[in-house]
Order: sequence, then structure tokens, then C-alpha cells
Amino acid sequence: MQRNLSVEDLVIFTALFFVLMAGLAILGWGVPIVYVMHGWLIAAAAGWGLIWMLGRASGGAVKMPLEYNDRVIRFGIIAALIWGIIGFTVGDILAWQLAFPSFNGDMSWSNFGRLRPVHTSGVIFGFGGNALIATSFYVVQRTSRARMASETLPWMIFWGYNLFMVISASGYLSGITQSKEYAEPEWYADLLLLIVWIGYLTLYLRTLAKRAEPHIYVANWYYLAFIVVIAMLHVVNNLAVPVSIAYPKSYSLFSGTQDAMTQWWYGHNAVGFLLTAGFLGMLYYFLPKAVDRPVYSYRMSIVGFWGITFLYLWAGAHHLHYTALPDWVQYLGMTMSIILLVPSWASVFNGILTLNGAWDKVRTDPAVRFMMVAILFYGLSTFEGSFMAIRPVNSLSHYTDWTVGHVHAGALGWVAFITFGTMYKLVPWVWKREGVYSLKLEAWHFWLALTGTLIYVGAMWNSGITQSLMWQTYDADGAFLYSFLDSVVEMHPYYVARAIGGLLYLIGACIGVYNIYMTVSGPEKVETQQAGPLAPQPAE
Amino acid sequence: MSTQHQKLERHSLVFAMAILVVASIGGLVEIAPLFTIENTVEKVEGMRPYTPLELAGRDIYVREGCYACHSQMIRTLRSDIERYGHYSLAAESMYDHPFQWGSKRTGPDLARIGGKYSDAWHVAHLEAPRELVEGSIMPGYAFLSKTRLATGHLPASLKALSRAGVPYTEAQIENAEKDAAWQADFEQNYEGELQESYGDNVQVRDFDGAPGRLTEMDALVAYLQMLGTLADLETLNPQESSR
Repeated sequence: MQRNLSVEDLVIFTALFFVLMAGLAILGWGVPIVYVMHGWLIAAAAGWGLIWMLGRASGGAVKMPLEYNDRVIRFGIIAALIWGIIGFTVGDILAWQLAFPSFNGDMSWSNFGRLRPVHTSGVIFGFGGNALIATSFYVVQRTSRARMASETLPWMIFWGYNLFMVISASGYLSGITQSKEYAEPEWYADLLLLIVWIGYLTLYLRTLAKRAEPHIYVANWYYLAFIVVIAMLHVVNNLAVPVSIAYPKSYSLFSGTQDAMTQWWYGHNAVGFLLTAGFLGMLYYFLPKAVDRPVYSYRMSIVGFWGITFLYLWAGAHHLHYTALPDWVQYLGMTMSIILLVPSWASVFNGILTLNGAWDKVRTDPAVRFMMVAILFYGLSTFEGSFMAIRPVNSLSHYTDWTVGHVHAGALGWVAFITFGTMYKLVPWVWKREGVYSLKLEAWHFWLALTGTLIYVGAMWNSGITQSLMWQTYDADGAFLYSFLDSVVEMHPYYVARAIGGLLYLIGACIGVYNIYMTVSGPEKVETQQAGPLAPQPAE
Repeated sequence: MSTQHQKLERHSLVFAMAILVVASIGGLVEIAPLFTIENTVEKVEGMRPYTPLELAGRDIYVREGCYACHSQMIRTLRSDIERYGHYSLAAESMYDHPFQWGSKRTGPDLARIGGKYSDAWHVAHLEAPRELVEGSIMPGYAFLSKTRLATGHLPASLKALSRAGVPYTEAQIENAEKDAAWQADFEQNYEGELQESYGDNVQVRDFDGAPGRLTEMDALVAYLQMLGTLADLETLNPQESSR
């Protein structure tokens, strides 16, 4: 396929030009120093992109090779691992800060409040997001038996997304935040992500349109839901009025109750569509491939998919039980959260039963073991989530460490386990290596990660319930038995345990990164014979 | 079902549209009515927009991520009400862009912290929490006392908030910088002007114990000291405010 200057090039060129102008405006008018640096970064990145495109246009026609585009996937994997290590490390630092407050350092940038979003964004969007982008590129090409529809867009998406991440994380350290959890980046970073995301959606749809397969494979449904719904959530929850071009600060368009409901509609579905739907897409492709078995049930896939797509968006209200949010919304949110267990567990059973006939691989292949345990943690967290959404249970769990434990059962046990399992398969595939460098190290990673997760979650269950009971305990005269401070002091041993659990998890991840590094720097696989059409066909 | 669904699986654009439609229903049903149903936000006297100094303090509260450990939402539970005071009303955060209800209580709730401790206590506690409260795990914020409060952006801030629906007057926007300095004036020379502009419940004094210097500590303490003090809960009609 040959082309000179396509419509796509023109659109991307125009977009880059506007981003460049925006970057220049920020660095020109900006007042806070970090904000000005962000302007420089944005302008430099956009300028670099423009020069790259100009250079390529003057170099004549661009050939679209007749093979899958795997180079950008490799970049995505590396970025995911880098952000993963950053995110886990900062997370564990935060854990130690809670156990020993002097670790805060009492400097503005090093205090818990500013570091926390570096951890949450680092793991959710840096590690998780990059992993999803990379795997979605892999899956959509294989299941469509088509190369990605653009040579430029994948790179714009990769670099644009990571530019957004760098701007967000460095901004948090200097206090640039909207304070909306998991949507902390300010308006200019949000706009950048919006542009990237439109490119992502376009690329995904156009690649699907090129497919040589009549049907769209189930993994793509989930990736598509992830892309579409995150776009919707991102736009609505980040509606804000910027103070001026001179400042990064903006004020949320909504206030109070409406703002709270919008935020948790967003927050719960960042979990639902980034941390759940996206990674279910990963599961639906890489698990059947890893165990060489078809997905257990096509019908269960459909029920699971549409159930999750419909119900998740109703569940956000359970973050606001007994608050000033109207009761009718609270009860509606609770009800839908409980029903949500049905499609969630449909996916769990679909995943577990896919292993039928290949259970020996759980014992012999640590990557499959990662995936199997991921499904179990997914089942556990979705059950726990529905349980905690019940109002009386929530009166015990809310505002406590139980919530933190619940989130980490999902994030450490489900999201990161499925990702690591996938990476141990994907890395040898996209770098064309014989296999992973060391199965023994892979197993070490697995056991460290599992031990770390169990210690973490166990500690948080205990601390959460202890906290809550201490807040609600009265003496015989009807007076509180404990001061708030008593409950803080009581948390210390659990916080130490949690920090140790997190440390084990981090060590495991470092071993994983080393293993992957050695795999990549090892010898290339000796090509015997490349099978005809590159796409293997995962069963439906 | 399967055969019908197979048709859908053949059209990527239709599939994407179907996802968007199915996914948007929940938000439309749960969020949109909050803007239209009148008793979502109760009617109660005393609520007013933040003064420029309080707003600057609130911006610092957001900047430092205080919401990560402190909620501002007293739930309708006995143990919440008896520990922190009257349950929070929706009206009490009607000018909060964004809301600060929080999601975790590593520290106590702050919805009604205003007036419970002295300014001096807040300053000392923020600077070195464990000097006052042994066993606290809060980070120290001594740098707030050393940092001069930037006020140059305040008119633009008030303007932005008025665009989002907060009823600031033109005069309030214009005088934002001056008002911020006046509110922390240790001689309290301008109490009358500020109360005339914003209401009787504006607290005017030097908050950080360092007269003549307008610091970020002034702003943050001014914010903390007004939290939960605005709404006149006597004027609340429980019948009307039932949601």
C-alpha cells in the first residue's frame, strides 16, 4: 500500500500544530514554574512529532509492510514496566509513611497527600494503561488478521499517552491536582489525553474495519468498551472552568452533591472499564492462547459483556452511602451493585472453565498460574465489592482500610497478575524469543507477588474492621470508648505488615522486570517456518 | 440470542455505538435528575460563597491532598453524628467546586472542624502534628507558615467560579486580592467591609500568629476555622429536606 499525504496525515498534522500552539501558550503565559515546564514539554513533543512527520512526507511514499506492527507494542510493554516499578515503589513508600510518619520528610513534595496520586496514577494509568494499549494493539491485529490501520497513529498514541503521564505525575508533586480521585490531572493534561484518546478510538475502529475475519472477537468487545466508556467518563467528569491560561488551576463545573455523584460515577467505572473491562479483554485473548483451549462459553461471554457494560455505570452511588446524596440514588446504586455480581462471576466461571483440560499447565507454567490466580482474585474482589455496597456493611467498611484492602485485592491480585501472566507470554512473542529467560525466576515472582498480596489484603481487612469497630464502640453510659487517636495508634502493626507485603510485591516485580530484560536481550528465536496468515484463530 | 448477536459482531461501528448507548443509561438516570429535582439540595440559611482568603485556603487544602486522609462528610449514622456533629447537608457543599467529601478517614472528619480548636492550635498542629498529638501520623506542614500567600490569581479564580455558578458579585471579584489581605489583618480594620460584602459569619483576624505577613498558613487556617460554621441548622426544616 502506498500513499503520499493522506487525510489522516493532515488531521494529525493539524492536531499536532494545535498542541504545539497550546504548549507555547502555556510556556509563554504560565506563572508557576512546573506549569511552564509542562508547556515546554508539550511544545517540544508536538514539535518533534511535526518534524518527524515532515521528514517522512519529504521522504516520499510510506510503505505499509505486510506484517503486524509489533514495534510500538514493545515500547508499550517497556513503558508499562517502568511505570509499574515507579508506581509500586511510591506505593510502598506511602505505606511506610503511614507506619512511620517521619518518612514524610515534611517537605511539600514528599508528603503523603502529594505522593499518593503519583502511586495511584502510576499503577492504574501508567502500568495498567500502557499494558492495555500494548495488548490491545497486539490482540486487535491478530484477531482481525490485519496490520494496524495507520503507521503514524500508534506512535502518537504511545508518546502522547506517556507525555500525559509524565505531566500528571510531575504535576502532583508540585500540587497540581483537581483532587478528584483517579482524575487528578488538570484541564490541560485532560485535553491532551482527550486528543490521544480520540486517536486511539479511531485507530481501533479503523483496524477492526480492515479485518479479514467476519466476526469481531470477544476480547475486542472489551477493549472497545474500555476505550469508548473511558472517553465518555473522562469528558464528563473533567468538565471544569480553568482560572486562566497563566495557571494550571481549574474549578470543577459541578459542585457538592452533583459533583460527588459525577466523580464516583467516574471513579467506580475507571475501575469498571479500565481495571475490569480492559483486563477482561486481555484475559479473553491471552488465557485461551496460553493454555491452547477455546473460551469455555460463547453465551456466557455475551451475558458477561453486556451485563458489565450496562450495570457498572449504576454502581458508583455505593461510594456515597449515608451521605448528603439523595437516598433514592443510594438504594439504586446498592441494588445494581449487587446484581453486578452476576455478570462478573459469569466472566469468572468462563475463565476458570476455559482451563478445563489444561489444568496441568497451572502447575508447570507460572504464566498460566498467574492468570488462574488473577481470575480467583477477580472473583473474590467482585464478590467483596458487591458485599461492601450493601448499606449496613458499608457503614462498617466505608472510610476505613477495608476499602484500601478491597482495591488492592483487585489491583494487585487481579489486574497486575493477569498483566504479568500475559507479559510472560507476550514478551517472547513480540521480541521473537524462544521463551522466557528463566521459569524459575518467573515462579519466584509469582510466589512473592502472591505472598505480598495476601499479607497486604489480610492486614487491611484486620485494620479496617478494627478501625470501624473502634469508631462505633460505646461504653455502658453511651459515651464513646475510644478517641479517634486510639484507632490511629491501633493501626500501627497492620500498617507495618502492609508495608512489608507491598515490599514483597515490589521485589517480585523487580525480579519480573529482570527476567523480561534477560529474555529480551537473549538470542532471537530460530525461525523454522512462519505459518501462512499470521493470525492464529482463538476459538470463540 | 447468539445468532442476533453475531450480526452485531460484524459491524464495529454499530457495536461501539451500542456500547455507548448501553453504558450511558446509568449515568442519565442517576446523575441528570440531581440537577432538576429541587429538594436534592436543602434550603438552609447562612450558606455563602467562600471569601477570597478561605478560597485560597481551600485551594491549598486541595493542593496538599488533604482529602486523601480527611473526609468532609458526616454521615447520617449515630456514631458519625455523635463524634463529629450534625450530619452534613447537601447545601453545605453547594459552593464546593470540586466537592471534598473524601473517601478515607486516616484522620478524623473535618466537616465541622471550624471553631473547635484555636488558631494557635491549628498552626502548631499543622507545623508539627506530633508535638501536640502524640501518636498522630499526619505529615508536617511547617512550610505553609514560611510561604507568602500568592493572591494575584484570586480575581481570576473568583471569576472562574462565578462562571461555574457561584454567585460572586462584580465587586467581590474585583476586590478579591484586597479582601484576602483584609481578612487576615491583625487590627481587624476592615471587618465591617468584609461582613457587608460576604455576610456576618466572616471571621476576620490574623490567623497564623504572625501579624503583618499574609502566609499560606493564614489562608488554610481561615478555611479550617469556617468549615461547618456557615449553615444555620436551626432553620432546617426536616420535613422539607427529606430526600
